[in-house]
Amino acid sequence: MLGAGLAKGMRETARNFIGSYLEYERLTTVEYPEEKIPAKETARQFPFLVYDGDDPEAGLRCVGCQICEKECPPQCIYIEKSKEKKPDHMGKMQLYPHTFDIDISVCMSCQICVEVCPFEAIKMDTEFEYSTTDRFGGLLADKHMLAKSNEHYNRIHPTEASAVDAKRKNDREVAAAKAKAKEEAAKAEAAKSKTDG
Amino acid sequence: MLENIFVVAKQSVMGFLSGFLPEASLPFISSFLSIAPILGIFPLLFALTTIFERKGLGRIQNRRGPNRVGIPMTDIRIAGFGQFIADGIKSLTKEDIVPSSADKLIHFLAPVALIIPVLLMFSVLPFGKNLVPLDMKNGLLFFFAVGAASELSIFMAGWSSRNKYSLLGAMRAIAQMISYEMPFILSSLVVVMAAGSLSLVDIAEAQTGGIWNWHVFTPWGLLGMILFFIAAMAEANRSPFDLPEGESELVAGYFTEYSGFKFAIFFMAEYLGLFAALSVWITLFFGGWNGPFGQYSLLPSYLWFMLKLVLCIFFIIWIRGTMPRIRMDQLMNFAWKFMLPMCLINLLGAGSGYYIRQTFPQSPLAGWFFEWLVVGTALFWIWLELGDRIAGKALTQKREYRYADQ
Repeated sequence: MLGAGLAKGMRETARNFIGSYLEYERLTTVEYPEEKIPAKETARQFPFLVYDGDDPEAGLRCVGCQICEKECPPQCIYIEKSKEKKPDHMGKMQLYPHTFDIDISVCMSCQICVEVCPFEAIKMDTEFEYSTTDRFGGLLADKHMLAKSNEHYNRIHPTEASAVDAKRKNDREVAAAKAKAKEEAAKAEAAKSKTDG
Repeated sequence: MLENIFVVAKQSVMGFLSGFLPEASLPFISSFLSIAPILGIFPLLFALTTIFERKGLGRIQNRRGPNRVGIPMTDIRIAGFGQFIADGIKSLTKEDIVPSSADKLIHFLAPVALIIPVLLMFSVLPFGKNLVPLDMKNGLLFFFAVGAASELSIFMAGWSSRNKYSLLGAMRAIAQMISYEMPFILSSLVVVMAAGSLSLVDIAEAQTGGIWNWHVFTPWGLLGMILFFIAAMAEANRSPFDLPEGESELVAGYFTEYSGFKFAIFFMAEYLGLFAALSVWITLFFGGWNGPFGQYSLLPSYLWFMLKLVLCIFFIIWIRGTMPRIRMDQLMNFAWKFMLPMCLINLLGAGSGYYIRQTFPQSPLAGWFFEWLVVGTALFWIWLELGDRIAGKALTQKREYRYADQ
């Protein structure tokens, strides 16, 4: 019958219209600034620098090796190495970045910096609200803005972060065992030379 | 008291003014007092409709719709109902761009020439008991004649813009509006036959005395109601007949090259024309300003009228949220192969219905029953047959592409 399909369609839209007032789950959108959809674990926006512990300055994992700076396709990373060294998590003396800037207006979120980093120091963040009224200075993220804690990393990418933590723990144990063995070897050497002498 | 409040108010103002104003100015003052409420209420209703429409369409698509704009400088949002004021201010302060190759005079005149007939359409509508700006004996004819004049200004707009989209939109609009003009008029003739008058005031008065006196509860009235509504949607370029401004093909149709307040005038004229057509729809088939409970009116007549109009506006928003735009050939097939024959058959049905009722002068109920039995069944059967054979086939048959399919 002519018009029967129209009536069917009208019924469907009426159900949506009334249903959207009654069932909250029907609504496909959220009221953004007040209400946010939590970011997916696989989401990525811009890179950030991971630090361990409480002090962003002391716990920064980055050693200023500049691999990411060289690999970055749009060349948005700028690093200046420090003059002095400080111990890393395995007790080895390393440099650290004196300056670490990322121009997020240039960054294209390709994640290459994360993939090339041998120190698990740079990771992708899910934060995207960087709008600013100052388009030059406001979009240049410096070391203090980029440094975020390992807990934050665990919160936004739990699976990936726990794998990284396990690897780093393993590295530390291996390093400690090696150091211990070396120490014992040195001690044995010293004892041997003493008895010989 | 409440029923006649506007009439009494006007009379007292006129009585007060006639004390010190010259005699010659009084007819103008009287006209002004009749026109001013129309110019105030219906543009406001248009403004509210734009926001209700966006909210309603949003809800139909399981969204929230606009709910941000409220009172400026505060956090009060009044559920987004500040939106239409912001839109109005925006369109008033926007730059008015006229294409350099446009016919500037006609380009300027087109929106003016559109808004005048659209506002004239309101002058014969009975908004309530004794509430009609101009009680013409041939009000319905005047309504159709003035409504047809808006086609001219649409073509003025499309032609003077010197833009292919404008011209295509205008040509589509002309083709569509002329094709649907005939069913638009013919579908209303059944009511003219029943009421024996072309005056909209008389037609509304013929339906007093309760909901069963409304014309929609007769078989020819029901069919006429449906046909009139479809034709009115096409006349007002309203979804699903909004081809003249199909934004996916034609940018914005005939008003592509208009910006700022001229665009707003086109937008408003379209909605005001729609309100006028819906008001006539209400008057012809849904009892006009009559309440549904006979002598127990409950509300003043103008409130009944506005209530029906608001319900109609919600209905057209619902339709817009449901139906896709139809194709040009479907539009023409539907007009000439379905609407027009159906309207002509409906005239026959109205005549037969009248004679069936005449044969039962003592018992109106029996007349009403036999009218439905004979005329109702016949019209329903013709609807099915015509729908399937002519319009149904044309609307649903698979299109054959002679070269593309090989």
